[in-house]
Amino acid sequence: MFLKEYITDVVTGVISLLKGMRKTGYYFTHPKEIITEQYPDNRATLLMSDRFKGEVVMPHDANNEHTCTGCTACELACPNGTIKVVTKFETSPEGKKKKAIDALVYRLELCTMCNLCIVACPSDAIKMAPNFEHSVFDRTKLTKVLNQPGSKIRKGIE
Amino acid sequence: MYNQTEIIKDTSELGADGELVINMGPQHPATHGVLHLVVTLNGETIKKIEPHLGYIHRSIEKMCESLTYRQFIYVTSRMDYLSSHINNLGCALLIEKGMQIEVPDRAKYIRVILSELTRIASHELWLGAMAMDLGAFTPFFYAFREREMITDIMEDTCGARLTMNYIVPGGLMYDLHPDFQKKVKAFITQFKSKVTEYEDLVTNNIIFQSRTKGVGILSAEDAISYGCTGPVARASGVSCDIRKIYPYEVYDKVEFDEVLETAGDSFARYMVRVKEMNQSIRIIEQLIDNIPEGDFVGKTKNVLKLPKGEFYTRVETARGEFGVYVVSEGGTTPHRIKFRSPGFSNLSVLNHISVGSMIGDLMASMGTLDLVIPDIDR
Repeated sequence: MFLKEYITDVVTGVISLLKGMRKTGYYFTHPKEIITEQYPDNRATLLMSDRFKGEVVMPHDANNEHTCTGCTACELACPNGTIKVVTKFETSPEGKKKKAIDALVYRLELCTMCNLCIVACPSDAIKMAPNFEHSVFDRTKLTKVLNQPGSKIRKGIE
Repeated sequence: MYNQTEIIKDTSELGADGELVINMGPQHPATHGVLHLVVTLNGETIKKIEPHLGYIHRSIEKMCESLTYRQFIYVTSRMDYLSSHINNLGCALLIEKGMQIEVPDRAKYIRVILSELTRIASHELWLGAMAMDLGAFTPFFYAFREREMITDIMEDTCGARLTMNYIVPGGLMYDLHPDFQKKVKAFITQFKSKVTEYEDLVTNNIIFQSRTKGVGILSAEDAISYGCTGPVARASGVSCDIRKIYPYEVYDKVEFDEVLETAGDSFARYMVRVKEMNQSIRIIEQLIDNIPEGDFVGKTKNVLKLPKGEFYTRVETARGEFGVYVVSEGGTTPHRIKFRSPGFSNLSVLNHISVGSMIGDLMASMGTLDLVIPDIDR
């Protein structure tokens, strides 16, 4: 009786193993169904989703103009103190004083990509970019100024 | 003065009985994170298990008290990172309930679909990792193949693969990606054709069955008294699905079964999760073609202020009941916040179900509890 049980155990064990091994063998002989991507080698063809939250950027147009008014809505919305808006007063040709941004300091090492600053921005001045390769040798390089040097606010944006 | 040769704990008395104390973790491949178990052994038999926590404590509850009601939701993604979407949903539901914010139907439907996708992704990861703990390496890749499709859907719609932060009080952060329905349907067909592979590879495998059947038995009474929820309690026959008992969003409109098993052993917990994936697919199938048109976010004030009082909501994550308890003083930030995480109660039962079994069985009983350590430690 014991021997019979033992033998059935061995036979069912081997059958269940072979069933599993058949699946493994199937994929071994069908390499086209393998979906693994070799990441650093496939950089040229790597497709990131257009919504992927990699870092915050400020788009500039051809005239080096952006739409940031310096309202600090993003600074208030940020949970980690990642964004700091430094403002200055610009004098227009008519002699009027106007508030404008001097620098939008963005500290990437503090950012958690929660997207709250982009939702808070009333003039769509900042957006998320899909770049995710952020490693640098020095931590200070992660503190970025988002507005380009010499850039201005686009006309008509208040 | 601290002396390096000082005896902190005298274990010589234990040694007299042939007992051995083994530290499992905090760096151990099978503890999935930084769980530290102090296991007292007699030979190979477990006499006591003492979990040591605190290696990944980030004081999230205290952190939330300094953040506004819009900001604190994103932190909860970092607790149970495998069901981050459902954690966010719990927090958003609390704020909506407290402030009586009307949520559009479209947002409700999308929230439920994404919650169920998160649940499948979480169970897939658990299936692969648990089979790997028991020595089967291949199922890990098979499970991750299907999970990758879900993370791709999440990346398209929410912009992130794991810590989505897609839910805001009142609705969603932005509308669905145009390809969403097409991709989800492609995932459902892929999942249905491949789910039989798990049965061939894992469920019907005689080694897997003999390692999990009758191991780590938890009775229904103990499951209740330890506060276990989710698949752990349902495998012992305790009906505790929050989606059924206290339906939120559109769970009362969809048809699905609460998966119950009665054996209470590791294999029953495995079966509950595998069957739950099929139920999640059933929910998604009912909703995916019926997403109503309309706004994706309701009208909210710029600054959210909960009225004075105490609030509690619960949702069903992939691991069990996740509760949010907020005491508000009427300000813009919570006065006190407390999360009831399912992992903590499920871990506390580990000593009870493992005492008297072999140390090799500890892998099976711990693996099927589906522990996520940042969820326990917060």
